[in-house]
Amino acid sequence: MRTAAPTVALALAAAIASGGCGREWNDPYPAADRGKNFLYSSFIDRPKTLDPARSYTSDEWGFIQQIYEPPLQYHYLKRPYELIPQSAVDVPEPRLLDEAGRELPAGAPQSAVRYSEYEIRIRPGIRYQPHPAFAVDAQGRPLYLDLPEAEIKRKFTLADFPVSGTRELTAEDFVYQIKRLAHPRVNSPILGHLSAYVVGLRELAGTLKAENDRLVRAHQAAYGKGDRGLPWIDLRQYALSGVEVVDRYTYRIRLNGVYPQFKYWLAMPFFAPLPVEADRFYSQRGMNDGRNLTLDWWPVGTGPFMLTENNPNARMTLDRNPNFRGEPYPTEGAPGDREGGLLADAGKIAPFLDRIVYTREKEGIPYWNKFLQGYYDQSGISSDNFDQAVRIDLEGEASLTAEMEQRGIRLRTSVGTSTFYLAFNFLDPVVGGLSERARKLRQAISIAVDWEEFISIFQNGRGVPGMGPIPPGIFGYREGEAGLNPVVYEWADGRPRRKPIEVAKRLLAEAGFPGGRDERTGQPLVLHLDTVQRGPGDKPRLDWYRRQFQKLDIQLELRTSDWNRFQEKVRTGNTQLFFLGWNADYPDPENFMFLLNGPQARAKSGGENAANYQNPEYDRLFEQMKNMPNGPQRQALIDQMLRIAREDAPWSWGFHPKDYGLAHAWVSNVKPNQMARNGLKFYRIDAAMREAKRAEWNRPVLWPIGLAALALGLAAAPALAVYRRRERAPARAA
Amino acid sequence: MLAYILRRVLSAIPILVGVNLITFTLFFVVNTPEDMARMQLGAKRVTPEAIEQWKAERGYDRPLLWNAGAEGTRRLTDTIFFEKSAKLFAFDFGNADDGRSIGHEIRARMWPSLALAVPSFLVGLAVYVSAALALAFFRATYLDFWGVVVCVAMMSVSTLFYIIGGQFLVSKLWSLVPISGYQPGLDSAKFLLLPVAIALAAGFGEGVRLYRTFFLEEIGKDYVRTARAKGLAETAVLFRHVLKNGSIPILTGVVAAIPKLFLGSLLAESFFGIPGLGSYTIDAIQAQDFAVVRAMVFLGSVLTIVGYLLADISYTLVDPRVRFE
Repeated sequence: MRTAAPTVALALAAAIASGGCGREWNDPYPAADRGKNFLYSSFIDRPKTLDPARSYTSDEWGFIQQIYEPPLQYHYLKRPYELIPQSAVDVPEPRLLDEAGRELPAGAPQSAVRYSEYEIRIRPGIRYQPHPAFAVDAQGRPLYLDLPEAEIKRKFTLADFPVSGTRELTAEDFVYQIKRLAHPRVNSPILGHLSAYVVGLRELAGTLKAENDRLVRAHQAAYGKGDRGLPWIDLRQYALSGVEVVDRYTYRIRLNGVYPQFKYWLAMPFFAPLPVEADRFYSQRGMNDGRNLTLDWWPVGTGPFMLTENNPNARMTLDRNPNFRGEPYPTEGAPGDREGGLLADAGKIAPFLDRIVYTREKEGIPYWNKFLQGYYDQSGISSDNFDQAVRIDLEGEASLTAEMEQRGIRLRTSVGTSTFYLAFNFLDPVVGGLSERARKLRQAISIAVDWEEFISIFQNGRGVPGMGPIPPGIFGYREGEAGLNPVVYEWADGRPRRKPIEVAKRLLAEAGFPGGRDERTGQPLVLHLDTVQRGPGDKPRLDWYRRQFQKLDIQLELRTSDWNRFQEKVRTGNTQLFFLGWNADYPDPENFMFLLNGPQARAKSGGENAANYQNPEYDRLFEQMKNMPNGPQRQALIDQMLRIAREDAPWSWGFHPKDYGLAHAWVSNVKPNQMARNGLKFYRIDAAMREAKRAEWNRPVLWPIGLAALALGLAAAPALAVYRRRERAPARAA
Repeated sequence: MLAYILRRVLSAIPILVGVNLITFTLFFVVNTPEDMARMQLGAKRVTPEAIEQWKAERGYDRPLLWNAGAEGTRRLTDTIFFEKSAKLFAFDFGNADDGRSIGHEIRARMWPSLALAVPSFLVGLAVYVSAALALAFFRATYLDFWGVVVCVAMMSVSTLFYIIGGQFLVSKLWSLVPISGYQPGLDSAKFLLLPVAIALAAGFGEGVRLYRTFFLEEIGKDYVRTARAKGLAETAVLFRHVLKNGSIPILTGVVAAIPKLFLGSLLAESFFGIPGLGSYTIDAIQAQDFAVVRAMVFLGSVLTIVGYLLADISYTLVDPRVRFE
């Protein structure tokens, strides 16, 4: 470091002289962006796709939900989550039809309903972002939809197309996107699920696959197997019997039977409109030849922002869409929102930001420090930084530390719509099955594994112990004693208390393993936990697992593997115990209870029931419950199902994580939303305050440079003395 | 010399085939094409049909190394290994599994990598050689002793410590440079100051000790004693004679390292958010993107071979005693 000091000093001087820096020397953004109405955020992993028909991760939705507008959205402030229109005029109510197509009354029994039909009316006057796919010449002919390949080879980004255009959103665009879900080249992850509901989708997928295979064969004969410039398939030429355009602003979707959760899908990017021009534009030969001029990289939407820079190695930039119609900020919210200042902008037209800059930040330390320096406007809290940011009082309430409060940082918490659990594989001969022996063994382990301790040690207290699969905030979850899991907990002093370990030991003995030994063979009980080991940092967690089982004198052997092998074991049912989690698709109990539905067992059908749990009674009740509207009847069924599941204990119920987020004082209108990521349009930035705070927090400290120079000088002095003495010394001592 | 170079180039071909085969084997021992498809398609609601479609689109639906169902040479050529490897030898890297042109990415990313590696390399060379000469000059004094102690101490510290400590002190505490990030052009200077300084510090101990050894070896030779006997000052002996001859092993080592500067730094690029080839390689390994991994390993192998070839050639240029015969 000593030797590096002059280099640092010289280079610093050069940088300052070049004018590359502004007032704050450590400002990572261009000086021209100072004081602008920009939001600064970050991302860790490169998005794999931004195609709304394919993308299915919350990180990717963080980008595309600012760009694409499905018919519906979740109310920004209200909790529990409530669907409201986005590009639609209203939230559609299904018409129930019998076999002959006659309309049935709203409360008709499910068995009588053959179809349910959603008619969606969209708002007139919505326009797409500027995009070259819409560009036309003076005669109104498309400019870039029939380009020669040689010209495309000179294009690398959308900015290479000098002209752009727009057009009005129509119902046809929504229908086109639904057809894309069946396109074999799109590979939509929800095709399998929705094919069971959307009338004709499976048939369309078959037709398109046959047509695609034919085109691929002909193409490969002409260009060879590796060529990716497959000819475009115009989906307008293919009928989808269950989806039709009614008029310019109305379309209709017909579903098999009753599927009330379908409205939630209408709030996801899968159902956002996609203009045929964009599909045609990106399907031109050469666009996908290493240039990524595709829908995966360059979305085309009607939303408040549009992607103008896509450099997933370093930076992604969303600019305000100049064609966006504007959306009023909500005028109502949840209790406490007004007092929290979340209704200060009620009725004002959003978006309030001009640009959102996402910088890639792969490491946690620079990310956190840049947030503290004011270069990121908001941040999550990692375990490493938790103690610096948050303190937990004796009642378990979280609040900010003095350092954070002094900076004006605000804390927002919310319970995630997700669950993490320890699963018992029901196909395993020891821990699986509905026998009394296996059930008691699972119950004993469920008591022994102390999730409260896990949350305290490994989650910094950020979690709610699970009483079942349904997390708080979702219909079906019960607070207090009514929601208690009586197999694992008892109600004492007004709160749930985990049963003593003696109860677990007694259950273990009743299961035939007294003292952790098989009473039939006398052999110690050895169980195997399959887990993914990511590095040495996992050791405390793995040791903790072992200790939980040692309470019952059960030997736990860890079978660590990489993520791929782990997934494969779970997929094939070749596991005994494993740890897994689930993030909700939509805020409905069906989306959690189906994780234990027998017909969706992972090993048998590839479904999401990873524990392969199978209880005919549970499955029967699930069929009744899944399509019911929320109400006392549904709650009663859920209670019944939870009783069965708790008794069978296919999972040790784990916990529902709490999300903690921090935001600087200059960011307002921030409310965590677990179901949607389209809230950035409502964020507001006080750029002047940000500038002032950045300047205050990032004053360059110059004395270390002087000190380094002094230290170098002091180090050189004795060297100089030795040099002089040596030069003056005679060749031979007298 | 031309014949020698040609021989070396030809001998590089089996080496590259071998490296490619080892990379391929190691990669597919850990990952199957199905794993790769699942990684790209995500974990939720992925159907077997979607996986097959993904594999077919990218040519991963063929056998790995031997196609028993094919006829003639197609048994060998209609395989993932051949299809993915043959074009590498024409430096056609193809597309990454996410569809982006690897060649385009390499061309774009090598500049940030070079922007970090070249100053680190050149300034480092100058600093290490100067410090090593100084220690050689003060050999057998307490300055030399303590200099070596400092070098050993600096060698013993992990690079990660320099990075985290440097970011904490220079960027966070003193607010002198951005903690991470990158802007192209002249603006890159403020982002590169700290990583370059840290690279210097991290390599200081090892570099100085190695070069000091070279210089001390030269100082003990007869021609140096002769120079001193002629009455030359110690500085003249050091700079005119010892530096010149001691630089031969340094130069050849340096020349061998030059081509590899393109490949970037895995750790520094990741921590400082520099979008270079080092972070590209790490991302590809994490994303199980075989196309990028094989391309980067192949490129690394080629650059290593080129580096050693250049080193051999440089020997003949700086030391007249060495000949290709």
